[in-house]
Amino acid sequence: MKTKIHILRSVLISLSVFVSTTNIFAENHPEEKVEKETYNPVPKIMHHIQNSHEWHLFDYKDNEGKLHPVSIPLPVILYTSGNLDFFMSSDFHHGHSDVQKENRIYSIDEHSHITAVNTEQKSMSIFDISITKNVASMLISVLILFLLLRATSAGYKKNKYAPKKIQAFLEPLILFVRDDIIKANIGPKYKKYTFFLLTVFFFIFINNLMGLLPGSANVTGNVSVTLVLSVFTFIITTVSANKNYWKHIFNPPTPLVLMPIMVPIEIFGVFTKPFALMIRLFANITAGHITILSLISLIFIAQSGAGNGAAWGVAPLSVLFVLFIYLIELLVAFLQAYIFTLLSAVFIGLAVKEDH
Amino acid sequence: MELVTPEIGLIFWTTIVFLLLLIVLKKYAWKPILAAVDERNKSIEDALKAADKAKKEMLALNTDNERILIQARKERDALLKEGREIKDNIITEAKDKAKLEADKILITAKEQINNEKMKAITELKNQVAEMSIDIAEKILKSELSDKNKQKELIAEALKSNELN
Repeated sequence: MKTKIHILRSVLISLSVFVSTTNIFAENHPEEKVEKETYNPVPKIMHHIQNSHEWHLFDYKDNEGKLHPVSIPLPVILYTSGNLDFFMSSDFHHGHSDVQKENRIYSIDEHSHITAVNTEQKSMSIFDISITKNVASMLISVLILFLLLRATSAGYKKNKYAPKKIQAFLEPLILFVRDDIIKANIGPKYKKYTFFLLTVFFFIFINNLMGLLPGSANVTGNVSVTLVLSVFTFIITTVSANKNYWKHIFNPPTPLVLMPIMVPIEIFGVFTKPFALMIRLFANITAGHITILSLISLIFIAQSGAGNGAAWGVAPLSVLFVLFIYLIELLVAFLQAYIFTLLSAVFIGLAVKEDH
Repeated sequence: MELVTPEIGLIFWTTIVFLLLLIVLKKYAWKPILAAVDERNKSIEDALKAADKAKKEMLALNTDNERILIQARKERDALLKEGREIKDNIITEAKDKAKLEADKILITAKEQINNEKMKAITELKNQVAEMSIDIAEKILKSELSDKNKQKELIAEALKSNELN
């Protein structure tokens, strides 16, 4: 098992370094062609960590020096004043052209924002429920997760004894989550919440790991995704909260004088807990991606500032740092899934705890 | 800021995907996996308990066996001791009996010897008496053939009577 992880890790890292480098080599020729200006990595990094309507892979430069982005088109689904429109993101031609459906004209900006106007140039309100890069990545992750767990579960039908193969890999993880996170923090009433918390853990973990693959999306580093997950925790905590929990909020065991301060704080705490969950996961994962991309960008900053020689000088150091951060990110991928699940379990545990 | 603005589409799909994942995994992964693991844990525990029980039974059986062995040994010893005692008794008894019998025989023999002796003595006495009488007769006959000697004898006899 250890060697397997080791091999997987090495492949991940080597690939990432390779792809990221080619990526940025292509970007190395900014469209503005302004010489002597230091390379600014911020737009590329922001582009990477944000959602998009197309799955951008790399750019290439044709003979005339014009830059062509290469990306996988994704389905765009728009609900505009009662009409459901469906087309591929390639119809936008990377934002160079608009798409017209009956009387609705759609255009996309550089932040992958789609806006709609009708034929009279009046703007229309739209619900953009496209299969974006993050949604597509999430679907792939979830499918892989399902197949892995299905294989694990099938293993128990054939093999009643010690776990083997994928079983041996996932069983300790599943039992760790159940016994050391869920059971340990919720107490005797843990059974009801097992399925939700196990799903949360594996959903975050697989998306964190998939996010580390080169060219992949930043799913768990997107605030919308973490928002949904923390809202689930919030709903479950609030719905399963017992009398004791509410008593503690509206009638905390404090002197009467402190009541006007304590009660608002407790009420506020009900919302800050899931809010912190949302921000923690989003910020940690995004920060990891930014760190890796920034360290890679060092090479191009050096090149734009001091030429090719400096770039070659900085490259080994930069790659070494990226390798180091990548290893840390693998740990963070697990750690953040663990922390999210742990804190969710703690919050639920507080909500269902009996008075003693 | 763009980075922290939630997108309605992503929220929509995340909710759907997560709920579907929850339902699907609950049915196809968590329930069967956890049930199988719990069942396996239970079977391991049962097996361990059964092994423990068997071990205890074996131990009890062993001590039982030992106890029986010790008892059997004791019984054997007792039997041997008893046998030895019986043997000794028999021997002593036989010795006593033999001695008694021998004593009896000895006594009878002594008595018989005594009787025979007495008989012999009596016979000898009688014979001696007869012989004495014969001798006396012969002496008397020879003595009494001479008158003087008769007178002398009478006188002597009288003399001894007087002394008595």
